[in-house]
Amino acid sequence: MYAFDFERPTTIADAVKALSAEDAQALSGGQTLIPTLKQRLASPSRLVSLTAIPELKGICVADDGALCIGAATSHADVAAEATAYPALAALAGQIGDPAVRNRGTIGGSLANNDPSACYPAAALGSGATIVTDRRKIAADDYFQGMFETALDEGEIITEVRFPVPEKAAYIKFEQPASRFALVGVFVAKYAGGVRVAVTGASEDGVFRWAEAEAALSSDFSAGAIDGLSVGADGMIGDLHGTPEYRAHLVKVLTARAVAAAG
Amino acid sequence: MTKVSMTVNGKPVSGEVEGRTLLVQFLREGQGLTGTHVGCDTSQCGACVVHVDGKAVKSCTIFAAEAEGAEVTTIEGMANPDGSLSTIQQAFQDHHGLQCGFCTPGMVMSAAALLAENPKPTEAEIRDYLEGNICRCTGYHNIVKAILAASGQDVAVAAE
Repeated sequence: MYAFDFERPTTIADAVKALSAEDAQALSGGQTLIPTLKQRLASPSRLVSLTAIPELKGICVADDGALCIGAATSHADVAAEATAYPALAALAGQIGDPAVRNRGTIGGSLANNDPSACYPAAALGSGATIVTDRRKIAADDYFQGMFETALDEGEIITEVRFPVPEKAAYIKFEQPASRFALVGVFVAKYAGGVRVAVTGASEDGVFRWAEAEAALSSDFSAGAIDGLSVGADGMIGDLHGTPEYRAHLVKVLTARAVAAAG
Repeated sequence: MTKVSMTVNGKPVSGEVEGRTLLVQFLREGQGLTGTHVGCDTSQCGACVVHVDGKAVKSCTIFAAEAEGAEVTTIEGMANPDGSLSTIQQAFQDHHGLQCGFCTPGMVMSAAALLAENPKPTEAEIRDYLEGNICRCTGYHNIVKAILAASGQDVAVAAE
């Protein structure tokens, strides 16, 4: 691997300061970034590890009932401890494999915004709030396309706040080699309506399926989306699946997620 | 270069590393613990699994500097204090849970992490937990049997 400077601050303030240096890159669990560095797909001159900052770790329930997860909390810890939001815990427990789940973090996943990652579907499907070292960003404003987010240079996610729904489920059609979602659908039913977020399908990254949300908000049953269809325009096409296949999966998995949510 | 200190198999160790030094390089090249293998170097195969603070991680996908202060256990730390094989290692031998043996260190470390979390896993739970450990001899059936046996369960339930 190429040479770079490495820092491991222990406070958010020191991490923000370290990241203000030119060409600095935050490193969280590293389960995507380290392979990316090995392949020279990225080559920052300075890495700032966020894994030694205690205030970035942990799970709690806020006064308003929202589940708050520190950005450097591992997938394994969310799977084991996010009992207040079972669909989210189940999603975390299906990411990658056990060793990856012990290192990978929610903040890292959301900052990277891989178009096939699981957490973006949970955040968008829950209307989560992405809290950073300097502001709060609604999930609807946060995801801005494949690997694109609203984060500024050097901005660190500190916490993610999930309003806990009445019912929810995530169904992932797994791409078995990478264990990413070929397509994944997160459905969450709140008092104010249903949210449906789709990952793995669109060339623009995670998105909300508005027609399904409208249909499910008036009738939360798998049959409510029977009459809907998803177009293949803008869907990802690769050796694992055509755009048409992914479009088909969006509807199938949405129905399965509604059924699983009960 | 920065100095890192950690405990490896119960022994305090330290060394000078670059930021880019992976934990597996520190273990193999710095400490001479070559039991931990590098198979794919792309976080896929699991041959490099070690325990960091009791949790299975892929040592090719964590920098040595991130293990500062950690308790690290490698395959060399798995045998009993008298040098005899641990229950899991003995089960791998008894049930022929290895063919070429390259993946075995990672398989044993993942199996140990599984049994620490779940002392009586089902066959399906074992197979699910080993999702990140690849055996290119495809010797999975006997690996699963070995882990069932190590957990004190009847290996006859494993599918052929």
